[in-house]
Amino acid sequence: MYEHDVLIIGAGLAGLRAAVEAEKLGLNTAVLSKVHPVRSHSCAAQGGINAALAARGDDWEDHAYDTVKGSDFLGDQDAIEVMCREAGDDVIELEHMGVIFSREEDGQLEARAFGGQRVPRTFFVGAITGSVMLHVLYEQATKNDVRIYEEWFVTSLIIEDGVCHGAIAFNMHTGEMETIRARSVIMAAGGAGRVFEPSTNALICTGDGLALAWNAGASLMDMEMVQYHPTTLAGNGILLSEGARGEGAYLLNSEGDRFMEKYAPEFMELASRDVVSRAEQIEINEGRSVNGNVFLDLRHLGKSLIEERLGYLQEVAVEFRGIDLAETPIEVRPGVHYIMGGIKTNVDGATAIPGLYAAGECANVSVHGGNRLGANSLLDTIVFGRRSATAAAEYVKTVGTLGRSDERLWDEKARIQDLLDRPAGLRWAAVRNELAHSMTEGIGVFRDQAGMETADAKVDEMREKYAQVSVENKGKVFNTDLVFTLELDYMIDVAKTITQGALMRKESRGAHARTDLPDRDDENWLKHTNVFKDGDGVRTETSDVTITKWQPVERVY
Amino acid sequence: MPETLIANLKVQRYDPESDNPEVYYQDYEVEVEDWFTVLDALIKIREEIDGTLSLRCACRASICGSCAMRVNGEAKLVCKTRLDSVWSPGESVTIDPPGNMPVITDLVADFKPFWDKVRQVDPYMQPTGPVPTAEYLAPNKDMVHLAGVMNCIMCGACVSDCTVLEVDDRFIGPAALAKAYRFVADPRDGKKKERLGVLNDDTGIWDCTRCMQCVEVCPKDVDPMGRIMVMRDMAMEEGFTNTSGARHTESFYNSVKRSGRLNETRLAIESMGVLNIPGQISMAPVGVKALIKGKLPNPLDHKIPSKAAVKKIVEHSEEPSK
Repeated sequence: MYEHDVLIIGAGLAGLRAAVEAEKLGLNTAVLSKVHPVRSHSCAAQGGINAALAARGDDWEDHAYDTVKGSDFLGDQDAIEVMCREAGDDVIELEHMGVIFSREEDGQLEARAFGGQRVPRTFFVGAITGSVMLHVLYEQATKNDVRIYEEWFVTSLIIEDGVCHGAIAFNMHTGEMETIRARSVIMAAGGAGRVFEPSTNALICTGDGLALAWNAGASLMDMEMVQYHPTTLAGNGILLSEGARGEGAYLLNSEGDRFMEKYAPEFMELASRDVVSRAEQIEINEGRSVNGNVFLDLRHLGKSLIEERLGYLQEVAVEFRGIDLAETPIEVRPGVHYIMGGIKTNVDGATAIPGLYAAGECANVSVHGGNRLGANSLLDTIVFGRRSATAAAEYVKTVGTLGRSDERLWDEKARIQDLLDRPAGLRWAAVRNELAHSMTEGIGVFRDQAGMETADAKVDEMREKYAQVSVENKGKVFNTDLVFTLELDYMIDVAKTITQGALMRKESRGAHARTDLPDRDDENWLKHTNVFKDGDGVRTETSDVTITKWQPVERVY
Repeated sequence: MPETLIANLKVQRYDPESDNPEVYYQDYEVEVEDWFTVLDALIKIREEIDGTLSLRCACRASICGSCAMRVNGEAKLVCKTRLDSVWSPGESVTIDPPGNMPVITDLVADFKPFWDKVRQVDPYMQPTGPVPTAEYLAPNKDMVHLAGVMNCIMCGACVSDCTVLEVDDRFIGPAALAKAYRFVADPRDGKKKERLGVLNDDTGIWDCTRCMQCVEVCPKDVDPMGRIMVMRDMAMEEGFTNTSGARHTESFYNSVKRSGRLNETRLAIESMGVLNIPGQISMAPVGVKALIKGKLPNPLDHKIPSKAAVKKIVEHSEEPSK
């Protein structure tokens, strides 16, 4: 049995930022991740991190308004204010830690333009911003000697009398299950993009943290808000950063027209992601596409700009498509990228379960509402990763001696053993692929009642099939077959909350674009959807959106 | 309809839990598409053919660094290695875990030694002086230059195929040294000299044999060896000249400058340190053997005819770089 003040589950940007803060506050801190920290999916964030720097003449309230508008007025404005007000200090702190942000002539930080924002306020490192930030935060964790349970997999949270007291996890290197008791837990386990296929997300983005918190009784809020990124590759779904359009790249249809003129005459290619993805989908549906793709055209930017500021995009284009972006437009389409929905928290990362905090993509504070602005996700991880650690530090002062019971451990050992002992049946991969394809089909860029109902029924069918999934590898050492089978369990839970949230919301807002209900309905649906676990079923309810100073208006780009 | 493509993969397996754990190869026949990467084929095996095959992978887009392994004996990031670049129909392609690391199971290596070495170089920025309220001012060209090194995703391909690590596992190695360079070359870091002092020690920058293998296999063009060479220059500029490596460099240079060619006997003696009596004695048996076999070079300089031209080159090299 291990014991800590704070156990942080997930070692991406939110988790590591929380860890560095918790260590600074003197907590006995541990981070647990199913992969080495630098393999976390934060590494794939490309374009940058937003902040309104006052010294640069920018105003955090302008950033807040762009974010509110981007969210289609579903974001909680108190949370958005916190994030945008604190962004500047956090970005400067990252620079002080060693992030090699791009500079102006005079050596100050340089910002690039990004979608849905009226001024450039996205700070960046070429097209590898997330990777550099992640490696720098890992450097800081190394410097502070943070305890890391590396390649450990969580099977359950420990909830005693309604309070979170740690987690049950196994060491993937040995297969041994352990009780990790903690006075507080910060869930920072990232998104769930693999619930869809294709997806820009890594194979590890299976919604583990979302499902763990949900099974422990937390609300998953606004789960229908699934972001389709406008520029992804067909087939494997790999992302091409919005940074390309931030640097001036065009979107063209098969007729060579910059079609965004029709949909967002002012912002053009830099409208909000939901707006651009819908525009692309309409072009594709109406046949102005090639093999279901439109084109991202960087040719006019020139080879040297592409290689210096968008080098990773060029690498992807060359390696995966055999295309030189300076010479040939690349085929792109909308692809699942991010989930705005997540574990409902307050501005301090606290969930409704005492002792359980959440930050980053698995959390919903909510700062992204119906649609996240590009480069606000990295900001979200840093601000709320830090804040959740600060709040957890205060909370642990109120927690006395931890219990010693390992009852939960024995339950979990028995459950996993039962899974391993199942007779040969279905393979996890078959069920996972069927689930993911049906989710993309039903919860697409555009949705309707019938399609969402089909997807919802399919999730139930996959839940039934899961009972017949068997684990082929019976070993203990690095048994990825077992890990994937457990991940599939999480994915089915998360998928259910997505279809349920989607069926609840009887309007179109942000990423939730219903062809059968095309208008936003502020009168009835300026509300969050909440899906709770209820026995073997679900319970749904709505909650209010916090408005501070920006009343909803028509959203035009 | 295009014909069905069947690829043959010969995959290294290792099950530490078996009664008699040993490394063996398993052949898989897997139906592939012509655009498949090696990773696509491996994923298909574990999803559809053999759930017991273990490997690491995550992003599929050459940015997380999980999937470095050996393909036909050479380290590659398999997510960005197209199958048709390493395999043609009728042949088989061999997949092994990365080298120079213990194997946990199948294609999964134990990266603990890798990260221990990264930790050895104090891998975090150490600014000195007062912390500004705003950002540190820094030239963009330096940041762009560092981005070339921070392109490193710590995949371990360079470590896998490092020929020095193969014979001496104490060498800090290409990945950790490239990481060290990232701080040494950062204008914001205040410990350049201290860092170079440590890297100058045994197992550091002078242990690289310049075989180029790390440069060759790096999937992100980080150029670890190039970074190591720059740090050698920096170390000597900072006055760290009391190493056999630094003396070797000096002796080599002086010999060419003096005579237009390399005097290998003097090079050996001067590299060891002329006054390093125990060192000189330790080399004596090699010298005697070389003498017996007629391989001992003439210890006296013999000048080459085009000495003037060489001198010009040397003089040019002494001009400050532009």
